[in-house]
Parts: sequence; C-alpha cells; structure tokens
Amino acid sequence: MTGWSKRVSSWGRLNADLHRWTVLGDRESVVATIRHGGLPFGNGRSYGDVCLNPGGTLWSTRGLDRFIAFDGESGVVECEAGVLLGEIIDVVLPRGWFLPVAPGTRYVTVGGAIANDVHGKGHHRTGSFGDHLLSLQLVRTDGELIECSANANADWLRATIGGLGLTGVITRARLQLRRVAGAWLDADAQPFETLDAFFALSGAATRDFEYNVAWIDCAAGGRGVFFRANHSASCDPLLPPSPRRFPLEPPISLVNRLSLRAFNAAYFRAHQIRQGRRQQDYRSFFFPLDNLLEWNRIYGPRGFFQYQSLVPPVAQLEATRAMLQEISRSRMGSFLAVLKTFGDRPAPGLLSFPAAGTTLALDFPNQGENTLALFRRLDAIVLAAGGRLYPAKDARMAPSMFAAGYPRLPEFLRFRDPGIASSLSRRLLGS
Amino acid sequence: MSCRILIIGATSAIATAVARRQAVGAARIFLVGRQGALLRALADDLRVRGAAEVDLEILDALDTAAHAAVVERAFARWDGFDQVLVAHGVLPDQTACERSVDAALAAFDINARSVLALALLLASRLEAQGSGAITLISSPAGERGRQSNYIYGAAKASVTVLAAGLRHRLASRGVRVLTILPGFVDTPMTASFAKGALWATPDRVAADIVRALEAGFGTIYTPWFWRWIMAIIRSVPERIFIRTRL
Repeated sequence: MTGWSKRVSSWGRLNADLHRWTVLGDRESVVATIRHGGLPFGNGRSYGDVCLNPGGTLWSTRGLDRFIAFDGESGVVECEAGVLLGEIIDVVLPRGWFLPVAPGTRYVTVGGAIANDVHGKGHHRTGSFGDHLLSLQLVRTDGELIECSANANADWLRATIGGLGLTGVITRARLQLRRVAGAWLDADAQPFETLDAFFALSGAATRDFEYNVAWIDCAAGGRGVFFRANHSASCDPLLPPSPRRFPLEPPISLVNRLSLRAFNAAYFRAHQIRQGRRQQDYRSFFFPLDNLLEWNRIYGPRGFFQYQSLVPPVAQLEATRAMLQEISRSRMGSFLAVLKTFGDRPAPGLLSFPAAGTTLALDFPNQGENTLALFRRLDAIVLAAGGRLYPAKDARMAPSMFAAGYPRLPEFLRFRDPGIASSLSRRLLGS
Repeated sequence: MSCRILIIGATSAIATAVARRQAVGAARIFLVGRQGALLRALADDLRVRGAAEVDLEILDALDTAAHAAVVERAFARWDGFDQVLVAHGVLPDQTACERSVDAALAAFDINARSVLALALLLASRLEAQGSGAITLISSPAGERGRQSNYIYGAAKASVTVLAAGLRHRLASRGVRVLTILPGFVDTPMTASFAKGALWATPDRVAADIVRALEAGFGTIYTPWFWRWIMAIIRSVPERIFIRTRL
C-alpha cells in the first residue's frame, strides 16, 4: 500500500485527525490505488465531514489536474476530476466562455462540485452544477469503470451527482459551459429593512437578473443587502488578481458578539450610502472571499460550523423569520450570512440539495454545546417546514434529519460503493 | 513566430508547471519523457491551455544509447528549438542508498550521468544553431554535502558544474545556459515531507524558470531567498558544520 500519514481538516477546521493520504496521479493508476478502500478528497473546501475519513484512507484527486479537450465552438470542456473550477475559468474565459454554475469559491475541484452538486447565485436560471454535466467516468473500488451520461447509465449519473463521493471515484467529466462577452457583470446592491422586502425584491429579480443573492444581518432581524447582476457586454481587460492570506490563527475567534454587531452595522450603512448600479469583475462578484486566502483561520483554533438550510416556498417566509429570530436571540452567528431563493427546476441528482424554496447559510464560531443547542432549535424549524440541510456544510445533523430531508435516499443507497465511506456516511447512513 | 521549447522529463511537477505557463503563451511544446500515457495526457492538457502545437517522444533517460536519435528527431521535426529544459530526476532514499551501492549508482545514473549525456548532445545542437537557451535543473543540495542527502547532492553538484562549464563554453556562441536551483518544492517527489514556510509550489518555481529561459543569466535560486540561505550554509566552517544534524 502507498501513501503516508497526514493530519487533514475540512474547511470548518473542527478537527485535524490522522488519515492515510494517497495522491491519485494519473487516470490509469486509479483502479489499482483505490481497491483497498477509502474516500475521494478534492480540495478540502467542504465545511463539515463529507470529505473526512479519520483513521482511513483519503485519495487526493488533485493529481488528476489535466484538461482533456475543449471545443471553443460548442463550449464543451472535458477534464480530469481534480481540476479546480478557477482553473477552468482561467482557460475558457479568454475564449468567451464561463462556468454555467459558479459556487462561492474558485478553489473547488470538478469532482467535488459534482459530488456535492454545488449551486450558485444563478440557481433560479441555470440550476445546479450537475445540470450541465454531459458525462463522467466513475471508477469503483472493485475495478469496474462506468461511463455515465444522460444516454448511458443515467441512473449512475443521477446517483453520483450530489452522491457525496460515495458511489465511486470520479476521474473525468464533460461540462457544457455558457457564453459570455467578458469578465464583467452589471451589478447593483439594494439595502432592505425587512424579510418581506427581501422576498419582494427576490421575486422581481428572478425575471430580470441571472444572478441574485442577499447578505443578511443575523444580529438585527430581517435587514440586509440584495445583490443582483447580469453578465455585462463589456470586454474590458481584467487586472491580475492579488489575493492576500490571513496570516495566522488567532488564539480565540475574532468573530464574537461585539465585532459582529459593529461589522454588520457598518456593512449595512456602507451599502445604504453607496447603492445603485456598477460594473463588477467576476472574481469580486462570485468569489469575494477568495481574495483572503485561509480566511477560515479567523474563527480561531476551535474552528466553525456552517448551517445551510432549505425551506420550501409555502413555509419560506415564516420559517426564515423564525430561524433569524432564534439566531438573533442566541447572539451567535457571524458576518457571513447569505439568503437566496432557488428556482423550481427538478434536481439532477438523487441527493441534490437545491430545490424550490429559500436557502439560508450562516457561519458560526464553534462554541461547543451552546452552538449545537442552537442548531437543534434551528433543526426543529427546518423539519417542521419540510426542509433540509446541505451535507457539504454539515458536521452534526442527526440521521433522522437527513432521511427526512432526502426522500430519495433509499434509492441512492443501491449505488453506494461498499469500499467507500466517510465520517459523514458513518454518521448519517451507519456505514 | 511562437517560441519552440523542448522539455526533457516533462511529466515532473516542475516541468509540467513550466509547460503549462508556456502553453498559456501559445508556445510550441515538445515533450520528452518515459511514460507514454502520461505524456499524451499532458499533451492534451497543454493543447487545451493554449499551446500552439504539442509533440512528444518517449525516452527513458537511463537508455543513453537512445538519446541521440530522440534529440535528432526532435530537432529535425521543428527545425531547432528556442528553449530547452532538462528537468528529469529522482530523490533517492538516502538510507537505502547507504545500504546498497546499486541503489546509489542507480540514483546517480539518472540524476547525473543521464543529464551529462543529454546536456552534451543538446548543447552541441544549440551551438550549431547559434541561438537558444538551455536550462538544467540542479539543486541547492549540490552546494554542500550533508549527511541527510549527499548521494542526491553529489549528483546535483556534478550537474551544477556541468551547467557552469557549458555556460562558459557556449557564452561566445549565442547560447545561454542557465542553472536552476529550486529549494523545497511541494511535488510528488517530496509528497511525504512535512511542509513549512520555506516550501514553494511548482508553479512559483516555474514562473522563475520561464523568466530565466526568456532572459535570465547564470545561476538562479528559486524562490530567490535560497541564494541567501545557501550563502550562509556554505560559509559555516566544516568543523562546526559536521556537528549539525542538517
């Protein structure tokens, strides 16, 4: 057996356990490497334990980082599963193409984007990542190779999109891109004072804007800032990126009650003063946090949770209001709070997270039992509303909550690879 | 006319990073390496990233008898090269080499002997052409023998001297010869090492190599601070040095 011992954390940095770490360096050697069992690991940007397998093996897919083909006429790109979404943008944007779905960071792999069926600010128009996947190759730990597309092994495709890495190792994928004129967006920002105002803005923006999302002040009820944008016709050149790195791990979380209130109030006021239209480069619109590398250190050595829920349309106003009240009362939470309304297209994967309704995503510094108790209160609201949580962000939900949120789970289980398990699968599926 | 670059040991992490940077600049890239499937996958990758043309030849650098034919074919196919990068090598297990002379010789053959053979052929080609730049990847490990990796260091010391001699020989013939000394680089070769602040990515090192190939001169440490680290390490008196655990 190859590999070595390494401490691995997910993005939430809640723990750093030893794993046996093996790099998948080329497509040909995948079958031989994975037959002893383990879990595929992309770039480690999922927040909870979906990418962790303490005491077991992780197969790093970052060695599978090659492009295979790109057709500048049709906008179809084929690449290995360890290519980062940002690398795809760098290659295709100069030729007039862009990702059909851009999540909140460019630092996720194609394989990870498929396994978590990631979404972005454009879900109401273009759905989730899996909606644009033309085909993929799945390698099972028993050595079987499965080529999946809408026409062949479509059931395997549905299981693997959003399949949390549990159906096999994705080695390569073909993706349909979307045309753009350039790197810019025509964006605007509108402050709102109440949750009702958010839903009114969101309903109107669905028609006229490809992208919309809101920042919400979790410390102050329902106020926030609504961001909307379309791709711009501008082809102006971009300045090269100059990301900074968060330099160290502070001994305690820098996000606390005081800093949160002050920061949120300042942010809200800044957008009241400076609202209206402007041209924004795609990096600052889609990936604002990528400009500060390792920003997750800000929460200190105990790490943080993200709580991302979805509640269906009939309950979205009341359930969202109730969750925000709980959070505000708890005086926990963070600056990073996002509210978005999804479209109602059918999901491409059996376990896809996005569906019609409203999603709320919030970071919480890890304060142990206090934080977990708040989450249980939020869980009750989500469950009563008929909603679900996003496994890519989760490190603590109960199996019953997962089963309730994902009614197609029994169907999915038939496609699991018996040689693959994660902390999340052991916690939620029992193995 | 786009730049023609020949890369020996093309699937090594540093060489691949150099090739990818050159591909973005629409270069014509000729890959030479041992593993055919990997070379072909890299060729596809470089085409997508923007390379104007990619070609390849399979060569096991240890097979010195095959060198001349491969170099001949490569130079004939594109009518010469503007840049040549010799990047192949292995990081041997020092303790295994101390136990087995065969293992030490095998590592020395790939890191030094095969580089000498190829570099002489390539230098003569560029000399005949009267233009171009050739870069040999050596290592700071070749600057001072240390108990922890002197087998690798001895081979790299010979590459450093080889490159310096070629530079001297070709200076008046319009050919630049560069010595690249990368510090700690996070590659599959060093995958099992614990990483600290001194470690650089292959892309960081590749950026320096691309700059050197275009207009550099002499010996280039990458990242730059290794020049000063090595100046200090070289200057420690031997009586003190042998008491360290480096």
